[in-house]
This record gives sequence, structure tokens and C-alpha cells, in this order.
Amino acid sequence: MRVSRGTRLSLRVVALGYLFVLLAVPIGVILWRTFEPGLSEFIASISTPAAKSALNLSLLIVAITVPVNVVFGVATALTLVRGRFRGRGLLQAVVDLPFAVSPIVVGVSLIMLWGAGGWFGALDRAGFQVIFGIPGMVLATIFVTLPFVVREVEPVLHEIGQEQEQAASTLGANGWQTFWRITLPAIRWGLTYGVVLTVARALGEFGAVIMVSSGFPGVSQTLTLLVHSRYIDDHNTYGAYAAATLLMGIALVVLLLMTLLDRKRSDR
Amino acid sequence: MITVTSARKDYGSFTALDDVSLDIPSGSLTALLGPSGSGKSTLLRAIAGLEELDSGTVTIEGRDVTDEPPQRRGIGFVFQHYAAFKHMTVRDNVAFGLTIRKRPKAETAKKVDELLEIVGLDGFQHRYPAQLSGGQRQRMALARALAVDPQVLLLDEPFGALDAKVRTDLRQWLRRLHDEVHVTTVLVTHDQEEALDVADRIAVLNKGRIEQVGDPVTLYERPANDFVMGFLGSVAHLGGQLVRPHDIALERDRATALVLDAKVPDSPGVIDAVVERVVPLGFEVRVDLRADSGERFAAQITRRDAAELQLRAGETIHARAVGRSSVVDHDPALAI
Repeated sequence: MRVSRGTRLSLRVVALGYLFVLLAVPIGVILWRTFEPGLSEFIASISTPAAKSALNLSLLIVAITVPVNVVFGVATALTLVRGRFRGRGLLQAVVDLPFAVSPIVVGVSLIMLWGAGGWFGALDRAGFQVIFGIPGMVLATIFVTLPFVVREVEPVLHEIGQEQEQAASTLGANGWQTFWRITLPAIRWGLTYGVVLTVARALGEFGAVIMVSSGFPGVSQTLTLLVHSRYIDDHNTYGAYAAATLLMGIALVVLLLMTLLDRKRSDR
Repeated sequence: MITVTSARKDYGSFTALDDVSLDIPSGSLTALLGPSGSGKSTLLRAIAGLEELDSGTVTIEGRDVTDEPPQRRGIGFVFQHYAAFKHMTVRDNVAFGLTIRKRPKAETAKKVDELLEIVGLDGFQHRYPAQLSGGQRQRMALARALAVDPQVLLLDEPFGALDAKVRTDLRQWLRRLHDEVHVTTVLVTHDQEEALDVADRIAVLNKGRIEQVGDPVTLYERPANDFVMGFLGSVAHLGGQLVRPHDIALERDRATALVLDAKVPDSPGVIDAVVERVVPLGFEVRVDLRADSGERFAAQITRRDAAELQLRAGETIHARAVGRSSVVDHDPALAI
């Protein structure tokens, strides 16, 4: 199909304009507003006790969520790709559930399950606080980030097939050795990308977490909750911008780190 | 010696192996030959332990390995599509089995270098599989399988993914390698020429059953049934019988043909046929013929005979079977 020069140009303008207005401008505004008063102001705003605590809590949640999702995500992907069993289709659908269910619904269901009056409320009444505590926030984050590793690893497993693993077994490797030496290196790209998505989503999750957090500054606020409370409750607009910038900064660093790490490994 | 006894394997309603029993002598190079779906790959994978049998047993050198996983069967396996470990160098690929067995580093390095020299990949130690050609990858896979000193070497259509020239070179190389290393080798192939070229024993499989086992000459000259005859080498239908094209003689004179034919027992008789085409194939000449019955067949005769006969398209000629290689026990149920 021949497209005239005019059409091509206007298509490009529309696409770029769309991305600019919807993505670049909002992020640009936050960055501009953050650094407008100078770097020292920004640092002061993100080093208040509440901000430090929020950063720590966000990183703690990521630190728990990522290993859990890696282990169970890879196991689930292996089950889905290699297993031949009834109910595989159902499992496929269940894995996608967090994509379909609104995070706020996740929060509500967690309260109904783990809250003082819920099915597992005995735990709460025994003094182990899940809801309005860190365990609840971790559970909510795991729920919403569960599909990422599975869905990134699955197609890679499909693609590599089973021949390399079978070759390893004929050469004397047992299941565990085959997994560590053959399967894991082969899926590392998919796994890396799954982890990056998990980290980004875990840092950015708001809806599910706000439902199960008590939201005390300096105690149970993640970075997203801090941005929200600074903006809505404290009318501290600048503080919200600064915390948001910090959030974006961490996500960016994670992305860069993972890319560098993998490039280094595949160069070997 | 590998012994398979009463092996059976079903995939749903499809029977891949139907009560197969087979002995493979130590030190032999045996080909499992058959069309796709004949069960030859399933049989090989069952020997390797990559496929579990529904019933039956497998023993390798007197040890019952039916319930052993592949890693405890003492085998080397080569896949059609190489199954190279893509994230490892050639050296690490070949060393894999030894690394798993935690052999001393120096011993492993020495063995790997030796093997790479044998397979002609000296100097490729630090390449990755993606940087090798198909033929090189398959030779690497062979070195990798041989590194663990397997009792048996199993090859699943090892040259199937390679182009014709490389395929011929590599199978002759495999034959020479086998003459040097003497490891019991089983090769799966659908290519009768390949089987005749490299193997000293051939088992012909069809529909999950073994039709005949024997050396190449026996199979070619005394096939057990029409299937084996048709699968190994080309055949012509002559008066309701299967005959090798080079076992058909052509005569100008019908009386001579009748006299000569009378000396051949159980011959299909003299068939009058029209020459459709004369195709010189170098040493031999192929004559495409159409019998009075309308059936088409081809005869393969020497250049000298062709020159004497001076055949031209459209002429009528008299064909008779010299009848050397024909089915020993003719079983009409197996006729193709």
C-alpha cells in the first residue's frame, strides 16, 4: 500500500502527540515540579522519617514478593507447559485472575478472609495481625503481581522444548541438576523480565495495599501511600511530587540493573 | 547386547509399539528402519528411557533397566535437532556429562580435547552452538554423548536435519568412527539408503511391529515380505509380483523370452509392454514401460544391453523377471 507523504507525516504527528500528552507530559510535570525548588529541597523532602519508613517498607515488600513469585511462578509455568493433567485450562485462567480483578476487590477479599471476622480471623485474634499489618500488604502485593513471572517464563519454556533437558538426563543429570544447569539458564531472559515487571508493579501497587494497610505515616505507609497521604491529607503537594519522583527513580534503577546484569551474563 | 522383550506402547488409540522383541548384539551398528509412525523412534527412546513402556522389558548388557531413568542406563543419545546446550560453549557441552559426574578438571579437559579432535572440532572449544553449522553441531552432540563412555550409543535420525552432501559425509564418518570405537550403536532412520550404507544390521519396522531383522544383503535379496522388499530399494510390479527393476530383462524376440523365462521358477511370465521413455542414468539405463494391462513399471538395464536393444519410445518389448531378489514367504496379506 502506498501512503502519501502527508498521510505518513500526520500519522507520525498523531502517534507522537498522543504519547507526549498522555505519558511524557505528566511525568515531565512531576519531574519539573520536583526539581524546581532545587535538589536540596528534594532531598530534604524524601529524607523525613515518614519518607524513609515508606521507602523501607516498599523495598521490604518487594524483597519478599520477588523471591516468592520467582519460586512459585517458575514452578507454575513448568506445571502449565510440561504437565498433562485435567484442569490445566482452569489453572491457566486462574493465573490470569489478578489481571482481571480490580486491586480494590483484592483488598476487600483479603480483609474478608484474614480480617478479625474472616475465615482465617483466628490468626488475627491470636495476636498475629495480617490485615492492617505488613503481612496483609505483602499478601495483597503477591496477589496482584502473581501472573508476571508465570506469563513471561511460559512462552520461553514452550520455545526451548524438552530436548535439551532430555539430553542432560541421558548424560547423567538428575532432575535437580537438569533444572539448575539447563532449564534455568535457558529461561533467564523471561525470568528477568518477569522480575522487572513484578518489582515495578509491587512498588507501584496502590489499590490493594491501601485497603489492607492501617496507613500510619512512619509505620505502615508504602511509597505510593505516602504520595497519596501527602497530597490528599496533608495538602503537601511538593512532598507528593518528591515521593513520586523517588518511586519512579527506584523503578528505573531496577530496570537498568536487570538489563546490565543480564547483558554481562550473556556476554560471558 | 540390548534386549527388548514384548515392548508395547500406546498413545491413546494409536499403537506405537505392538509387542516388539529385538536383540541388538554388542558392538554392532544396527539401524531401525521404517516409515514415519512405524514406531522406530519410540523403540529407540524406550531403550534410552526417554519413553516409558506400557509393558515389556529392556535390558542393556544383561542389566534390566526397564524401571531406570535415562541417567542410570549408561547410554549416549543423539537427537535429530542436536539438542545443543545453547548457553554453553562447545567445550562445556562436551564436558557436561563429566562435570555432572564430578570428574577431576584435568581429566575432563583432556578427554574433551581428545573427543573434539576425533570429531574434527579442534579449535572450536570456545564457540557457542549458534556459531556452528548443522553438521558441526551434530558432531559436537556426538562427542558429548561419547564423553561419558556409554555402553550403547543411540542416534535418533541424526542426519535428518542436514543437507544431502553433509548427510552423506557424516554417515560415512560415523561408520569409520564406529569401526574405531566399537560402541554398540543403534541408529533410527527412514532413509533406506542410509541404513544400507552405514548399518551392519537392519531391523525394518512397520506399524509398530518388526517385519524383519538381518544384514543388509539378506534384507535386500531375501526380504521376508512385500513391505520389506518395497521399503528397501525400488520395486516394479510385474504380472502381480514385486521385482527389482534391475532383475527385469527385456527381449526383442518373444520366443526367446518365453524359452528363457521357462528356466525361472515361479516367474510372473513374459509381459508385453510398450516403451514409454528411455532414461540414461550414467552406468545404467532406466526404461519406463506400460504393460498391456495398463500397469506402468520400470526396468533398469545396463548400457550395453540398452545399446544392443536400440529401444525407442512407442516400441513393444517383452519383459521377464530374472527373479533373484523376491519375497521368500509370499504373504498376500502384506502386499502393498
